[in-house]
Amino acid sequence: MDQLTPVLQGFAVVLEPQNLLYCLVGVVVGMLIGVLPGLGPAATIAVLLPLTIGLEPVTSVIMLAGIFYGAQYGGTITSVLLRLPGEASSVVTVFDGYAMACQGRAGKALGIAAIGSFVGGTVSIVALSFVAPVVASFALDFGPPEYTALALLGILLVATVSGGGRVKALAAACVGLLLATVGRDGFTGAQRFTFGDLNLADGIDFVPIAMGLFGLGEILHALEERHRRVQAPPTLTRVWPDRADMRQASGAIGRGSVIGFVLGILPGGGAVLSSLAAYALEKRRSKTPERFGKGAIEGVAAPETANNAAATSSFIPLLTLGIPANATMAVIFGALLVQGVTPGPRLVDEDPELFWGVINSMYVGNILLLIMSIPMVGIFVRVLQVRGAILAPITVMVTLVGVYTVRSSVFDIGLVVAFGVLGYLMKKAGFDPGPLVLAFVLGSLLESNLRRSLLLFDGDPTGFLTRPISGVLFAAFAVVVLLPLTTRLLRGRRGGPRDDDRSGGRPDTKELV
Amino acid sequence: MGTERDAGDHPSDVPETPTVQEALDAADAPLDEEPPPPAGTVANLVVAVLVTGLGVATVVSSLALGIGSAREPGAGTWPFALGLVVVVFGLALVAGARRTADAERFPREALGVVAGIGTMVAFTALIGRIGFEIPGALLCFVWLRWLGGEGWRTSVLVSLGIVAAFYAVFVGALGVGVPHLF
Repeated sequence: MDQLTPVLQGFAVVLEPQNLLYCLVGVVVGMLIGVLPGLGPAATIAVLLPLTIGLEPVTSVIMLAGIFYGAQYGGTITSVLLRLPGEASSVVTVFDGYAMACQGRAGKALGIAAIGSFVGGTVSIVALSFVAPVVASFALDFGPPEYTALALLGILLVATVSGGGRVKALAAACVGLLLATVGRDGFTGAQRFTFGDLNLADGIDFVPIAMGLFGLGEILHALEERHRRVQAPPTLTRVWPDRADMRQASGAIGRGSVIGFVLGILPGGGAVLSSLAAYALEKRRSKTPERFGKGAIEGVAAPETANNAAATSSFIPLLTLGIPANATMAVIFGALLVQGVTPGPRLVDEDPELFWGVINSMYVGNILLLIMSIPMVGIFVRVLQVRGAILAPITVMVTLVGVYTVRSSVFDIGLVVAFGVLGYLMKKAGFDPGPLVLAFVLGSLLESNLRRSLLLFDGDPTGFLTRPISGVLFAAFAVVVLLPLTTRLLRGRRGGPRDDDRSGGRPDTKELV
Repeated sequence: MGTERDAGDHPSDVPETPTVQEALDAADAPLDEEPPPPAGTVANLVVAVLVTGLGVATVVSSLALGIGSAREPGAGTWPFALGLVVVVFGLALVAGARRTADAERFPREALGVVAGIGTMVAFTALIGRIGFEIPGALLCFVWLRWLGGEGWRTSVLVSLGIVAAFYAVFVGALGVGVPHLF
């Protein structure tokens, strides 16, 4: 029973009024930004970072986590009703969800998506509660070489599965690692890349980088898009899923939960990939694949279950290894660092209230979202009528004033504007800012562990390969690098399909199922 | 939008599962009328050369920091290695500049982005001297009236409203030290 005590204490943490309130705030904000196209969860969490400074660490992560999985619920609504995916993880839901809405079955589609999300999320939390402590205890033995390998593999995988070309994503990751070296070197005390500026002596703060690249960068990029008017949503029929629908979708929900949980753990996997994989699997398994795209309820249930399960399980690498699995997790990682909490294998023992408080808050958050997404869906649809022209300056002001409040520094406002411009230019040039931010938060961890490893091995880099765990991780690293190169070569020999930078070697969901 | 094309291309009208890239693209600009035209080879070359140049600059300044050795890593060892990798990626981008299609051309609307950046720079320059209220109201007004295409009356009222709300929240309720005039 001893192991259960901290878990139960975690529930006590969740039920504190302040934590309940911020959980609610998080999921409502998540739903809203999920409904609104444009600003994604990573950008929203980045923009709200200053708000979390005054909160307890556990409260702030409960809220930020709520934004992340709440956005998975919200993205469904516009996919089904308007054929507008609010988030990338709801893009496949458009096919069957919108078809169902056209047939007057929008209520059924939204209902099954909400139920699937709830089941997927809950299954994933239960699995997380069992798996995370095991991973953490395993990782306690990790030394500098293992962390070096893990951080490198994590950055590589995230760069591999991100938007934009692969070379560009990797180059962006390297720039992130370089930005992390700015400031005083922890080993020698030398000033690196500060150009004599005292503001840079302690390094660049994470908050302006994340807020600038994700928040301002997206807003600036949206300024030059010519928007089509949002059409009025179809009237929502109050027809909820019945027993037959549930029976039809139950298999998809079950499989979606497993796919989501597993892919969510993998670095770079996350919600987008798992929703695509779950959809592809259902279509392949189905005896009547021709129904897909014409309102098959499994086509809504599977991806919506999987994206929520993945959003939940992507907390495992963050909370147990201290390695964020995707861009949003990188921002939450940064939020924890700002609070003075370093996530890693010791977190579950040293700070069980935070660990179990955050995990258990997801049960509450999922229940809140289930309540909000079925009866209150009409309210969230109305949010779409708020004009982007009014939201944009508000977001800019929140960013500029917010970043100042973190360190009372005008220099940081300049920094956030500079990174906003960089984020815009990166988007224009086809560079995804996600890998840059992720690599930045892992940068100092990677460098210090690499240097410690080299000292440990007396300068012999083969030491990385002779230790079992780091050896396996480096082997996986090599596979990820070489596999697309070989497929590209084979494809080139067969004179295969277009092989430009954009599609070259990108993992196809079909291969992953 | 990628999803529509996928739905149409398939003979039996069953949608192909999109790739991650297509899903990201579809969610990025679902309201866009048409995707922006891709940038030309020259623009791609400029980007690639900039990346290479960044790598070279990093390598050069790492040498000044002292690159040490594998046995005794110095302050410049890690940046030096990173700089070399960036140079390699930059050269790869140079080599592939002709085939790259993921960069966007700057449309006429990009002038609005320049104006937007201008308001932020002005805000940054002024907040330390005269507080956030006047620069903030001006920023909101420019964004509403010219970048957002709202009417004069809406723009004036909403920008004053935003600044008042910020004043109430940051100065009044939270009491954080944002520079303010009043």
